[in-house]
Amino acid sequence: MMTSIIFYLFSAVLLASAVMVITARNPVYAVLFLILCFFNGAGLFLLMGAEFLAFILLIVYVGAVAVLFLFVVMMLDVNFPALRQGFRRYLPVGGAVALVLLAQLVLVASAWVVDPNVLTTAGTAGAAIDNTRALGRVLYTDYFYPFQVCGLILLVAMTGAIVLTLRERKDALRQKPCRQVNKLASDIVEIKKVTTGQGVEI
Amino acid sequence: MMIGLSHFLVVAAILFSIGVIGIIVNRRNIIVLLMSIELILLAVNINFVAFSVYQHNLIGQVFTMIVLTVAAAETAIGLAILVVTFRNRGDIAVEHVNRMKG
Repeated sequence: MMTSIIFYLFSAVLLASAVMVITARNPVYAVLFLILCFFNGAGLFLLMGAEFLAFILLIVYVGAVAVLFLFVVMMLDVNFPALRQGFRRYLPVGGAVALVLLAQLVLVASAWVVDPNVLTTAGTAGAAIDNTRALGRVLYTDYFYPFQVCGLILLVAMTGAIVLTLRERKDALRQKPCRQVNKLASDIVEIKKVTTGQGVEI
Repeated sequence: MMIGLSHFLVVAAILFSIGVIGIIVNRRNIIVLLMSIELILLAVNINFVAFSVYQHNLIGQVFTMIVLTVAAAETAIGLAILVVTFRNRGDIAVEHVNRMKG
């Protein structure tokens, strides 16, 4: 009973905030509702017993991706109301497409029967170990190469984002290390003999 | 009433549909488009985890991590392209982004 209440609470808030994400006038609000969405998605994961993925969702999405969205939305000086022009015009089309899609998906989901002979991995065979440990055992043994490929994808994405957004500003004053290193002391400092009482000619 | 697999599947299906509506309706605003894609990927992840948990097979959760990685990479690259487009053109309307060169 308690589980049902929690499930319906998380699901309702998740779907309501998802609707707000796509309808919010101010994109900052949209990002904040997206964060709420991820929190409730993590709640659903926790309810299912996938604790590790729930916290990964919070750390990766709320901590990194949503904040990235927030930074970009706040940095860009865009006339956002002008970008919403086609909203009402496309709403019937979008609603119809989504309704058909939803009907199909719900039909599939409600007619689904799980084959009792489905394979189980060794990691979940014993219920004694927790989710994180079981996931680690699978991830670092059988799925080690996909895991490494994930790291490679992130590396490529990081390099790509840096290459795309880095710009050399011509008007900025900056240090040039090679010029600093190649400067000779004899170019800058001149040593003069000073005779007493006569001073130096400059 | 017990919460079963189909409950989670229905929630994920509704979330997926909301994401699709978001893509169709907000077709001028790239930022909301990217957020709709995030919603769709969240729906897919809920499906993966639900199947993984209810069929006692951890591979679905491994795959969810891969989906998370690809989603993070996609968001980072998409927002980088968005920033560059805005810097070059001064707006982010999708229909004007047909010249990616230069």
